[in-house]
Amino acid sequence: MDELLRVEGLVKHYRVRRGWGGRGARVRAVDGVSFAIAPNETYALVGESGCGKSTTGFAVLRLIEPTAGRVWFRGRNVLALDPEGLRRMRREMQIVFQDPFGSLNPRLTVERTLEEPLLNHERLSAAERRERVAEMLEVVGLHPEHRRRFPHEFSGGQRQRIGIARALMLRPRLVVGDEPVSALDVSVRAQILNLIVKLQRRFGISLLFISHDLAVVRYVSHRVGVMYLGRIVETAPVRELYENPLHPYTRALLSAVPVPDPRRRRTRILLPGDVPSPIDPPPGCRFHPRCPEAMAVCREEDPRPRRPAEGRIVCCHLYGGSPPAETVSPAPEPGASPPTPEERRT
Amino acid sequence: MPLLSIRGLKIHFRTPQGTGVAVDGVSLDVASGEVVGLVGESGCGKSVLALSILRLLPVPPALFAGGEIRFEGRDLLRADPRDILALRGNRISMIFQEPMTALNPVFTIGDQLAEVYRVHRGQSRSQALASAARMLGRVGVPAPERRVREYPFQLSGGMRQRVMIAIALACRPALLLADEPTTALDVSIQAQILDLMLSLNAELHTAILLITHDLAVVAEVTRRVAVMYTGRLVEEAPTAALFETPLHPYTRGLLASIPRADASFQTESLNEIPGVVPSAFALPPGCHFAPRCPRAAEICRREVPRLEELLPGHRVACWRPGDG
Repeated sequence: MDELLRVEGLVKHYRVRRGWGGRGARVRAVDGVSFAIAPNETYALVGESGCGKSTTGFAVLRLIEPTAGRVWFRGRNVLALDPEGLRRMRREMQIVFQDPFGSLNPRLTVERTLEEPLLNHERLSAAERRERVAEMLEVVGLHPEHRRRFPHEFSGGQRQRIGIARALMLRPRLVVGDEPVSALDVSVRAQILNLIVKLQRRFGISLLFISHDLAVVRYVSHRVGVMYLGRIVETAPVRELYENPLHPYTRALLSAVPVPDPRRRRTRILLPGDVPSPIDPPPGCRFHPRCPEAMAVCREEDPRPRRPAEGRIVCCHLYGGSPPAETVSPAPEPGASPPTPEERRT
Repeated sequence: MPLLSIRGLKIHFRTPQGTGVAVDGVSLDVASGEVVGLVGESGCGKSVLALSILRLLPVPPALFAGGEIRFEGRDLLRADPRDILALRGNRISMIFQEPMTALNPVFTIGDQLAEVYRVHRGQSRSQALASAARMLGRVGVPAPERRVREYPFQLSGGMRQRVMIAIALACRPALLLADEPTTALDVSIQAQILDLMLSLNAELHTAILLITHDLAVVAEVTRRVAVMYTGRLVEEAPTAALFETPLHPYTRGLLASIPRADASFQTESLNEIPGVVPSAFALPPGCHFAPRCPRAAEICRREVPRLEELLPGHRVACWRPGDG
């Protein structure tokens, strides 16, 4: 099997009322997102606030119910599962949240928090559970004596280690990381990023890494999908994306990221205005009102995904190429694993 | 004479857990029209320092334990509160990280911006509203005549920060204190706001003290930068020199721990600074960074290093400043 997770045409709309007593409207938070993740692969969804990246992550795990679309995990349709089937599948799909303060129960010791998944999903003796907890604490770089402490006794970085330990307790195949380092300070963020890269490789996890930070995404992922207004506008292997971005939005986004090098004077592509409301996305290409390269066709026609080069998909009228064959991700060779971080950094 | 001159500033906090040291003998100058970065991680005291300049710290629990802050020659810490009121929003302005909580939700944008002109310039209500609309236009808010009648919730985050900047710069202040002004914004909006701040700096000659945790932002907009760690200034240099030859092990560690998105630079592996920042209530003796420092020697754990000028304009507080 070459795909662990496949998402097809995922849609999540929210009904809202506009103004006081106003008419109903639909927020198109996620509006037709498709991608696939191979075993052992870190796939990142990157975009600005409100683009739908976190909603996508939550919908894949059914932490929120999608409006439409299909999610296949190891060949099974996640959206068709009954509650018991979903409970069992969650063993293999876990999540790490952004906020290391809000996502841990303040009244449970670290040991109780880490034991909880074992109590729910495995039949182990108290001694076995204790051993698994101790093992995992070491894996994430915490002391064994930390297990009797409460969340408030830890710093933000240590709490995020606890959150990662909790996600890994059941040895899942897929972990969704929803901005897992965004709340951390620079020096601690590096510790947690290195830990995430190390554990992803050590346990052969498939990681869906959700982040607004293009520099962080470059460091951890193998393949990247760039989201704008509820859609993926470009997908590419990490190196290609950063060295040769194709979509005008990706190019503008990359040019706007500040670089810690005062000698580098770059030409920034400043995008005019704000991201439009996901209640009435613009007709045609959703990016056209802000796009420096917009053409007449962009106002009329929604660009379909094209494959201008091997492994690359872009939704933009500037590019030709065949439409991707029903899949949005190139199916990896059977048995082939994505490049290790060393390989991809050379 | 520098516009702003801080000398040996010490700020403590009295709390039930004891006395915490937030700022520990910081000296820093900002010249007229200059853009200076003050950088450090959470809890290093950078925001407390900025708030103390405008006397916005609640005293108690805050306690000025020593030093002075001079602005245009005047000692702000000993100035009459009425004089400070006349300075705020007039000669010195401040913008904050969260434009939503910094704006009053029940007044229109126009009212909040016009207040500055009425208080400091003595303009009438209608004059002030007209000035407000003009200023909104200058900071790039589209349709300013309509926006003045809107409330903060009707604006996006980037637009709110533009409004905050308009309020701050309405009286053409000599100094703008910008405390993480783009941290809550998306990168494309951050680029817009940083550009706006720089063009207003060039146009109005307003000096900017930019307080941030983000070294990349510092590299893009400042000319000089000071690095704080646990209440102390550990390094200060022209921005280019700090990034090219960082001398303090903390600065070196920080610079090596940032991933980069620019195509020309590949991050091989991220450096980790081991351990955590010590608590303000339990600071180690000697150099505060010594417990996490790869170069720490015996003297570092015993004696506090003084900030000394090792290269022209480049000061560092370290017993064993590194170059390799």
